[in-house]
Amino acid sequence: MNTLVEVARTISPIGVYRMWQRNWTIFKKIFWLAIAPTFFEPFIYLLSLGIGLGLFVQKIEGMSYIQFLAPGLLASTVMFGASFETTYDSFVRMKYERTYDAVLATPLSIEDVIGGEVLWGATRGYLNALIFLIVIAAFSLVRSPTALLLIPLLFIFSLLFAVIGMTFTALVSNIALFNYYFTLFITPLFLFSGIFFPIEALPSWARTLAWFTPLYHIVIVCRNLVLGRLNESVLISALWVAVLSTILFLIPIALMKKRLIK
Amino acid sequence: MGKEKVENVVIAEHLTKQYDGLTAVNDISFQIKRGERFGFLGPNGAGKTTTIKMLYGMSPPTSGKLSVLGLDVRKQVREIKKRIGVVPQETNLDTELSVLDNLLVYANYFGIPKNAARKRAEELLDFIHLEERANTMVDALSGGMKRRLLLARALINNPELLILDEPTTGLDPQARHLIWDRLMSLREQGVTIIITTHYMDEASTLCNILVIMDEGKIITEGSPAELIARYTSQEALEIRVIPDQTQKALDILIPKSKSYEAQDETLVFFAPSADELLKTAEEAKLKIEYVLVRRTTLEDVFLKLTGRRLRD
Repeated sequence: MNTLVEVARTISPIGVYRMWQRNWTIFKKIFWLAIAPTFFEPFIYLLSLGIGLGLFVQKIEGMSYIQFLAPGLLASTVMFGASFETTYDSFVRMKYERTYDAVLATPLSIEDVIGGEVLWGATRGYLNALIFLIVIAAFSLVRSPTALLLIPLLFIFSLLFAVIGMTFTALVSNIALFNYYFTLFITPLFLFSGIFFPIEALPSWARTLAWFTPLYHIVIVCRNLVLGRLNESVLISALWVAVLSTILFLIPIALMKKRLIK
Repeated sequence: MGKEKVENVVIAEHLTKQYDGLTAVNDISFQIKRGERFGFLGPNGAGKTTTIKMLYGMSPPTSGKLSVLGLDVRKQVREIKKRIGVVPQETNLDTELSVLDNLLVYANYFGIPKNAARKRAEELLDFIHLEERANTMVDALSGGMKRRLLLARALINNPELLILDEPTTGLDPQARHLIWDRLMSLREQGVTIIITTHYMDEASTLCNILVIMDEGKIITEGSPAELIARYTSQEALEIRVIPDQTQKALDILIPKSKSYEAQDETLVFFAPSADELLKTAEEAKLKIEYVLVRRTTLEDVFLKLTGRRLRD
């Protein structure tokens, strides 16, 4: 708790921004190389699952399977984009490239460095999601202008996964442990958050459990806004994610401070 | 921002650092004056790196007082880091960036405006003789070039104090001498320099004052010449005689020496004149298998004070 207070006092927005800028500068140099696969990904999913599998699936909530699936997959892109960046990529910068050591010798503090890393992870997931949104819009799968509300919201959604990923990174000693994170945390979320089938198909205890997981809420917001339903559950789920991101934001920073400043 | 020129760039009083149940630095006190080239010498694990990490906030002191440029390391570390430069032990350049971009990205951490940063970066590339490599990717540089780039990077903010942690470890002689040459030219600009090293020639060449550390303590302090005079003598005679004459050699030469040391079969005697010792040995008709007359070096002092036990 003391560390959290200290972290909140020491973090500087300009320092966080400068760390973010570092990653953006490097990313810009390989922008098209890095971003091109994110264009293909939605095509592959929508073709195989939406069109291929969709032939065998009845209408869900009165819509085609591809229409049901597309906004769910949109939600998953923030999860994957932010998670890869703040786990594997951040770990490599910390442990192998020793980037953090280099930056910590400048006026930036550890709080600024990790804050900038988390915001950068959120940015990566956000960029992927924006591209996915554009692609599904081109497929005429975005049914309403309420989807424009996703443009700010997707960043907050991505931030939550960046925060969770960085928390895990602060705790692991070996890069191989990220396999556990993806297999035991990310993959179950991907499969059981209502992306591929309505969560109502599950027993009630599983539905209760889903309410406490992040991707479930992001799927609700994405699907409802893409379909033009601006209802109470959108508001609740969006708030759920925003509040949790805010509460958790300082935790990975405090953990990294304990780990690196000895 | 207070930029008053304090006379003592670093003041450490009863500085102690403990972590993971071990005392890395044990109650040390020292002062570093503006313009000095101050060396921390010691075997691996002596506490050198921990000491300098405390100077820029990477390792908060457990107890004791530590100020840098008149600022308290516990409270004003951001201000301290604006005015110092650090060359780390391990290369941590941005490998995805060119030589020039490495400097520009680093300048941004200090908030140096783009135009000023570019101008400073170009000056520094000239200074370290990498002007032709500005657009080369870091991955393609040799070990010596990477070290020079680390030095340039540490100078991007015109630091008043430059900290170097083993700046030439693993470099070939040409690369080492180029780094030394650059550091000596910084001296003329009045930059205070702190170096950790376990190379005695490096310490002799670069430092005008040094401390020898062992097991977290400072065991002695002085200029290289003072330390040689204090612990040994100006010259050394290395001698090996046939095995059954070893005792005789000791009996004859010890009274004429300031100190001596046995390195396996070889005996080393320290005295103001090693030629005199050699003459004595020859007059006593010792059967000499090997002999060398040489100047005493810092290495003799170092081994005398820290012993020959292997440290890992």
